[in-house]
Amino acid sequence: MLEIKDLKASTGDTPILNGLSLSVKAGEVHAIMGPNGSGKSTLAQVIAGHEDYVVTGGSVTYKGEDLLELEPEERAREGIFLGFQYPVEIPGVNNAYLLKAALNARRKHQGKDEVDAFEFLKLAKEKMALLGMDPKFLNRGVNEGFSGGEKKRNEILQMAMLEPELAILDETDSGLDIDALKAVAQGVNALRSPDRAIVLVTHYQRLLDYVEPDVVHVLSGGRILRSGDKSLALELEEKGYDWVREAATA
Amino acid sequence: MATESENIESLVNRRYKHGFVTDIDSEALPPGLDEDVVRAISARKNEPEFMLEWRLRAYRLWLEMTEPEWAHVHYPRIDFNEISYFSAPKSDKDRPKSLDEVDPKLLETYDKLGIPLHERARLAGVAVDAVFDSVSVATTFKEKLSEAGVIFCSFSEAVENHPELVRKYLGSVVPQRDNFFAALNSAVFSDGSFVYVPKGVRCPMELSTYFRINAANTGQFERTLIVADEGSYVSYLEGCTAPMRDENQLHAAVVELVALEGAEIKYSTVQNWYPGDENGKGGIYNFVTKRGDCRGANSKISWTQVETGSAITWKYPSCILRGENSVGEFYSVAVANNFQQADTGTKMIHIGRNTRSTIVSKGISAGHAQNAYRGLVRVMPQASDARNHTQCDSLLIGKDCGAHTFPYMEIKNPSARVEHEATTSKISANQLFYCRQRGISEEDAVNMIVNGFCKEVFKELPMEFAVEAQALLNVSLEGAVG
Repeated sequence: MLEIKDLKASTGDTPILNGLSLSVKAGEVHAIMGPNGSGKSTLAQVIAGHEDYVVTGGSVTYKGEDLLELEPEERAREGIFLGFQYPVEIPGVNNAYLLKAALNARRKHQGKDEVDAFEFLKLAKEKMALLGMDPKFLNRGVNEGFSGGEKKRNEILQMAMLEPELAILDETDSGLDIDALKAVAQGVNALRSPDRAIVLVTHYQRLLDYVEPDVVHVLSGGRILRSGDKSLALELEEKGYDWVREAATA
Repeated sequence: MATESENIESLVNRRYKHGFVTDIDSEALPPGLDEDVVRAISARKNEPEFMLEWRLRAYRLWLEMTEPEWAHVHYPRIDFNEISYFSAPKSDKDRPKSLDEVDPKLLETYDKLGIPLHERARLAGVAVDAVFDSVSVATTFKEKLSEAGVIFCSFSEAVENHPELVRKYLGSVVPQRDNFFAALNSAVFSDGSFVYVPKGVRCPMELSTYFRINAANTGQFERTLIVADEGSYVSYLEGCTAPMRDENQLHAAVVELVALEGAEIKYSTVQNWYPGDENGKGGIYNFVTKRGDCRGANSKISWTQVETGSAITWKYPSCILRGENSVGEFYSVAVANNFQQADTGTKMIHIGRNTRSTIVSKGISAGHAQNAYRGLVRVMPQASDARNHTQCDSLLIGKDCGAHTFPYMEIKNPSARVEHEATTSKISANQLFYCRQRGISEEDAVNMIVNGFCKEVFKELPMEFAVEAQALLNVSLEGAVG
């Protein structure tokens, strides 16, 4: 589904990704771990198409097409979802309004009928119940005055509504209490299917107790240093990132 | 009510299919302004003596005045002797023969606004045969109003048919000497609207310039006078969401509202004059004086405006809260894009006891535009227990535009409660990226954020108008980002 080859990217004059390769197949859940500044978030932003990051080399192929050719909104409509580490507040814009616009943009692209307000509400309430969210959230401004945990749940709600083919969650687990973490995990697990791929970008092993990854990668210095199964995450937790770095240079 | 006014609107639109009313055809006066020009204008309109005297007095006052320079706008000096103060509408042979000859860009905009085809021709100034429809819907409309006793006609007709009302109220809110542009307007105004709602009458429909015969080409110096007698109510809609082109660069209108005891006037404006091109060339200078006088106790005047057009806007719809317990409201969305300059706001003058005013101003700046809010809240010594709430929000799109807020408060009574809230926000790159990552195009994202920002004002507009205003805002801000 996603094929990244020797990807190099920088922001301003600073190179961040230095030849990163990654292959994610449909049905898989990947966890990307690494210390601060290793390039985890940059990878997520580059896949989503943030213009602050310039690709200076390598290729990214999504569903067989050159992803880097597409505008961010085209990528989204093609089924790429990024759960933001810091979801932005958009005061005055109704949460439901944004969500409905997003859903219909995707449906239109897929050649499906747009949902009307009635269908939308029904669907949204279903998903919110699953995530333990109060339906009142729909009528608030997008992330306006939301707590950290509420913002992250809102990201998961959007993901659940949009049913992406490739979901990248950028530190969605950070700063969550255990209830919110479980709700997020539940949202992610509900989305697992043979047609979808999920990439969890995370700093800690904690989320992986609830969402079991198929592959774990360790990112450092803008490169994947090591990949393995879920035991790698546990080993990291125990030995710390230095262990991987030392092993790589040795 | 909504469906009724929609029906009327569609019927009236149908009538307008036949184009301009051409009986105002007459030659233009040569450029320049002196007493003879004022006399000539008055003579051509067959005005009674008192009107001529009134105009001449205004002209003499104007001569003593200087053009104001305090507004946060910049433009080359206007040579008032280069303007022709009475010009005939363009003759048919100078106008485009069909829509094929009209600037495609303009047509594209009409399309986006969803303006019916026959309306487009009229708005673009296409010459069409002025066949007079014998079954005039506008006449039916007028009949319905006259049943209720409401007078709604052009200013000229009012001078002719209701001189006593004109004489009593004209200039009673905006006197000739009020300001430079109002004085000029008073001397040379060509036409405009007149409304009188008698005691205790609730006007049965929304009045719109749309419905008025001779609405086309009222020219650059328009005069509007609305009088709501005791206990009456009227809602008046001015303007049009469609972009209007006009060869007159300077527009200086005057609007006067009078609300007597227990009366309420709701005045809504959508202004979309040609703003000039992307480089700031051309465009209308809009210097308007709008003022409402809550003359009686328990009266209410409410201004709602959506300003998207004009190269320069200089406009402060105001309320004089003279009657006890009277209420003044001002809801405004002002958009400035490209090189537009807007200096707009309101004045709330509290004179009566227990008077209340509300100001909600939303300024949006994009491109290289400058948008200023200028507002005055004045509480006079005798106005005990006056209350005002002002909320003034600015939204910036891009990094080359500016928003400025100039609130003035003069409080001379210690029992007054005056609140002012102001915010400035920016549509950030991160907000746009967030929306785009959800599959929403940048343009739609901007529209969504802007409409969210303006919500409080749009809800004050009559429903059909609000929908149009929203579409208009989207078109006005097209290409503002990126």
